[in-house]
Amino acid sequence: MNPIFLGLVTIVLGVGGCIGYFWASNLVLDKVIFPAKGKNIGRNINRANMVRPWLFIFPAFAALGLYLAYPVVGSFVRSLYGRDGSDFIGLGNYVWLLSDDEFRQAVFNNILWALVVPAGSTFFGLIAAQLTDRLSWGNIAKSLIFMPMAISFVGASLIWKFVYAVDAEIGIINAFRAWAFDADPVDPLQIGFWNNFFLMIILIWIQSGFAMVILSAAIKAVPDELIEAAKMDGATDSQVFWRVTLPQIGTTIGVVVTTIIVLVMKVFDIVKVTTNGQFDTNVLANDMFDEAFNIRDRGVGAALAILIFVSVLPVMIGNIRKMQKEN
Amino acid sequence: MSNITPVTTDEGAPDDLPEPGDAMGDKQHGAVNKTYGFLRAIPTTVLWFIVVLWSLPTMGILVNGFRNRDSQRNSGWWKGLWPGNFGDFTLENYDQVINARQSIGQSLLNSFAIAIPATIIPIAIAAFAAYAFAWIDFKGRKVLFIATVSLLAVPLQVALIPLLQLATNGAHLTIPLLDKTVTLIPNLGFGNTTTIVWLVHTGFAMPFAIFLLHNYISALPKDVFEAARIDGAAHFTIFWRLVLPLSVPVLAAFAIFQFLWTWNDFLVANTFVGANPDAHPTTILIANLAGDFGRNENILPAAAFVQAFIPLIVFFSLQKYFVRGMLAGSVKG
Repeated sequence: MNPIFLGLVTIVLGVGGCIGYFWASNLVLDKVIFPAKGKNIGRNINRANMVRPWLFIFPAFAALGLYLAYPVVGSFVRSLYGRDGSDFIGLGNYVWLLSDDEFRQAVFNNILWALVVPAGSTFFGLIAAQLTDRLSWGNIAKSLIFMPMAISFVGASLIWKFVYAVDAEIGIINAFRAWAFDADPVDPLQIGFWNNFFLMIILIWIQSGFAMVILSAAIKAVPDELIEAAKMDGATDSQVFWRVTLPQIGTTIGVVVTTIIVLVMKVFDIVKVTTNGQFDTNVLANDMFDEAFNIRDRGVGAALAILIFVSVLPVMIGNIRKMQKEN
Repeated sequence: MSNITPVTTDEGAPDDLPEPGDAMGDKQHGAVNKTYGFLRAIPTTVLWFIVVLWSLPTMGILVNGFRNRDSQRNSGWWKGLWPGNFGDFTLENYDQVINARQSIGQSLLNSFAIAIPATIIPIAIAAFAAYAFAWIDFKGRKVLFIATVSLLAVPLQVALIPLLQLATNGAHLTIPLLDKTVTLIPNLGFGNTTTIVWLVHTGFAMPFAIFLLHNYISALPKDVFEAARIDGAAHFTIFWRLVLPLSVPVLAAFAIFQFLWTWNDFLVANTFVGANPDAHPTTILIANLAGDFGRNENILPAAAFVQAFIPLIVFFSLQKYFVRGMLAGSVKG
C-alpha cells in the first residue's frame, strides 16, 4: 500500500478513534446506562457523574500503565536479582552500589546538575520570554534561542565539539586561547570538577528554549486587564513584571523547574558522547547504561533505574502539593 | 517620574524630543533623558547578548555545512568566513544528504508517520485526563494525579527492553501448578512498524502532557465553569466548547515540543524499527549515512539542518497561537 495513504489512515483512525471514544462513551453513559429520565433520574445523574471522571482518565491510565508503570515494576523485580537474573539477592544490588565509588561520584554530580541546570535554564528562559514578549523582532529572537532544541542531538554533539575540541584548529576555546594568550591547548573536559559545568552549559543551552516557550505561553495568558490596571495606577514596566506578571506565572515556573529537574536526573546522552563518564563526570543514567549494557550486570542497572526514579519523587510530590495549595 | 513622557511602546523611546512644560534646564534635562534612554536600552541589549551567545555554537555547523570535507577536518569553521577561503564553499554535503543512495524521501514519510500521531493523540488523551483532574471531583484524585506525574521520572532507557519484548512477543503469564499459559496481550504484529514507535511515544509523553495541561487548565477562571454548569452544560460540552478553545496556547506549546522530541528521537526508533530499513525515520538514516567511526562526518552539519527544518516550520506555524487576550472579559479584576 502507498505509504502516504497508510500514514494518513493511521492518523485519521488514531485521532478519530480517540475523540470518538470520549464522545461515544459519554453518550452511552448518559443515554443508555444511567439515563437522566424515568423514576431514578436523581440517582442516575449522580451515578453517571461518579463514573465520568474514570471515562476521562481511562485512556491516559491505560497508556501510562502499559508503557511506564509496567516497566518500572519489572525493573524493580529485576533489581532484586543478581547478574544473570536467576538468584534472588534481595537488596544486595543496592547495598553494593552504596560502596561503589563510581556511584557516589555520580550521585554528587547529579546533585550539582540538579542545582545548576534547572536554575540556569529557567533564568535565561524567563528573561528571553519576558523581553521578547512585546518586541517587534521578538519572534526572530525567540526562534534563534529555540534553535538548539530543534537541532537533533547528533548535530548538537558536533556543535559542542567545535567549542571544546583540544585541537586549536577545531575548538573555538583553544583557538581563542592560542590567538589571544599564545597558550597551549587544554582539554576543558578534563579539568576536574569544572568539567561538570562545561557539560551543564550544553544542557542549559538546549533547555532555555524549552523554558522560554512554556513561559512565553504563560505570560501571554496573563489577563491584559491586570497589566493595564497596574499601569493605570502608575506602575513602571519592571514593577508590572515583579508584582503582576511573576505571581501570575508562578505555578508555570514551578512546572518548568520540576520538568527540568526530572530531565536532569535522567541526563544521559550529553555525558555519553562527550566524556562517557570519565574524568569524574559520571551521572546516574550513564552509570546505569554502563552497568546494564557494557558491564552486563542487569541487576545493578535496574537498581540504578529505580534509584533515579525514587530520587525524583520528593521533588515532584513537594511541587505538586505546593501548586495545588496555590490553586 | 512625572517629568518623563509616558512611553507606550517598548522600543524607539523618543529620547530627543523636547518635553513641553518641563521645568528643568536644558542641560540637566538632556542628562536625565540620556540616563533614561540608557536604562531603557538595557533589556534590549541583554536580549541581543543572549541571542548572540545562543546562536554562536550553531553558527559552527551552519558554516561547516557548506564547507568541503578537507576544510572541515583541517580548520575551524570561523576560518571558512575569512574572505580568502570562500572558494571552499560547496553544496556537496547537502547534495549527499538529500540524494543519498537510500532515499531520504521514504524516511521523511516515516518520520511524519511517527511524529504526527505521536503529537496529536497524546494531546487528545491528556487533555481529557487533565480536565478530569482539574475540574471534576472524585475520590483519590490527588493521589492518582501525583502517581501519574511521578512517572515522568522513569528513565526511558529502562522501559525500552521490557517494551520491546512486549511488542515482539506479546505478554503471556504462566500460571504455576496448573502449567497453563494465559495470553494477556497478544502479539499484534506491530513489531518493526512505525505504529509501535508512535504508540510508545504516546505512552512516554503522557506524564508531561498531563502535568503541563493540568497546570494551565486548573488555572482557568472558576467563573467560566460555574456559569456553564448553571446553564446546564455537561462536562463533555464544557470541555469541548470551553476548555479546548481557551487552552490553545498551552496545547500549541506542548505540540511544539512533542513534535520536536518525536521527530528528533533516535533511541526509541532505533530500538523498535532498527531492524527494518523500510520503517527508518530520518534520524536513523542520517546516523547511517555518517557511517562508522565518523567516516562521513562531513555531512552531519548539513544533515542536522535538513533534520531541523521541519520542526522549525512547526515552531513558526504554532507560535502564532501564543496569543494574548484569550481570557479577555472573563476575569473581573
